[in-house]
Amino acid sequence: MPRTLLLIGTRKGAFFLESDDRKTWELRGPFCEGWPVYHVIHDPTSGIVYAAAASEWHGQAVWRSADLGENWTHSSEGIEYDAETGRKISKVSTLAVSDGRLLVGVEAPGIFESRDEGDTWSLLSTLAGQPGSDKWDDPANQPPGHLGISALMFDRGDADRFWAIVQGVGVFETTDYAQSWSPRNRGLRADWPREHEEVGFCVHKLVRSPVDGDRMYQQNHVGMHRSDDAGRTWTEITEGLPTEFGFAAATHPQDRDTFYVIPLDPGHGRTMPEGHVAVWRTRNAGSSWQRLDSGLPQRDAYVGVLREAMAVDSEDAPGLYFGTSTGQVFASTDEGDTWTQIADYIPPISSVEVAAID
Amino acid sequence: MADVHLPSTLGPLFPGLPRQLDVQAATVRDVIDHLEREWPGMRDRLCEPGPILRRHIHVYVNRERAKIDTPVAEQCRVDVIAAISGG
Repeated sequence: MPRTLLLIGTRKGAFFLESDDRKTWELRGPFCEGWPVYHVIHDPTSGIVYAAAASEWHGQAVWRSADLGENWTHSSEGIEYDAETGRKISKVSTLAVSDGRLLVGVEAPGIFESRDEGDTWSLLSTLAGQPGSDKWDDPANQPPGHLGISALMFDRGDADRFWAIVQGVGVFETTDYAQSWSPRNRGLRADWPREHEEVGFCVHKLVRSPVDGDRMYQQNHVGMHRSDDAGRTWTEITEGLPTEFGFAAATHPQDRDTFYVIPLDPGHGRTMPEGHVAVWRTRNAGSSWQRLDSGLPQRDAYVGVLREAMAVDSEDAPGLYFGTSTGQVFASTDEGDTWTQIADYIPPISSVEVAAID
Repeated sequence: MADVHLPSTLGPLFPGLPRQLDVQAATVRDVIDHLEREWPGMRDRLCEPGPILRRHIHVYVNRERAKIDTPVAEQCRVDVIAAISGG
């Protein structure tokens, strides 16, 4: 088995958890000088780790380590909007890498790319002209306090194709590397008035089955949804879950019908219902759901899990991992049936990703 | 030469950066341009596009709060402060 590396973004820096057997874990960090880190990824091709971070004092940057955390550099060269547009950047939120193309999504909505492993950046797209873009382009609606690109997801075989989530607006797909975009929100529910037919949805998390590219799932502000045509249409699958709200979601690496989600109370607290920590699993594409809580705190545990804070590895017996708003990391190596706490007392967790290191 | 003092938060970001250095400068902008030449990327850590000073980066010239175009006279003391913020 390769070494398993968990890459953890927190409110106070990045951390790594490493294991040779997924039973005994070693914590390393904090990295990135204690900056708030929103997303940490590992590029399996280059072996480089990237971290999207934004300091209240020193602004946003993408950090890079080519030696698994021993040494770090940072750059934001080119991650800026032309001052004349009135658009501002408050943070770099999310990262994706494929075929030598490193993307970072920012707030206010925009996507910057780097072709030199994060040394320099250039603006790739602001999704200009898409329905809703008049709002995020308005100089009066600039961050902090307004919306951004919260997630980017590359196609596995075609680096010209990827999906972007614009917070509070919806999912968009490009098949020509951001030259053009299409909204992919048909069939989603929204419990509020919308100005445009195809957007105005609050998509929290989008995931795609590794074994069936047409199968997607999303956790929405108002419900779980499934797509069987790569996001062109969506069907709600919330029934059977304790709440319709949540952020994190993960797909099974081998089974297109198995999928994991962590429901949260939908009010401003956004913690586990009744203080009972649980992951919910479907094995039939959302027709029914099973609560998985063996080994998890089952009372007085008012913890949240954010959109990027659950990950699944690709081992034959898949490992699942999630990090909490109160600084714990939990792991399961039996598809969620039982859980073990593998870290505690780290800062509030924004993201968890997993990598296999040979 | 201006007597420039930098915050401790910058040191880990730019290896070799001293806490104090002497800079030939006519304005705060010149000080930042000098720092950018010597430690590429420094401007982004201190300024937003414009450039203007970042919200929580405060600069004082001879103990008076300064902006990016504030003059810096010979023998001035320039303090760059990462202002108290957050928790």
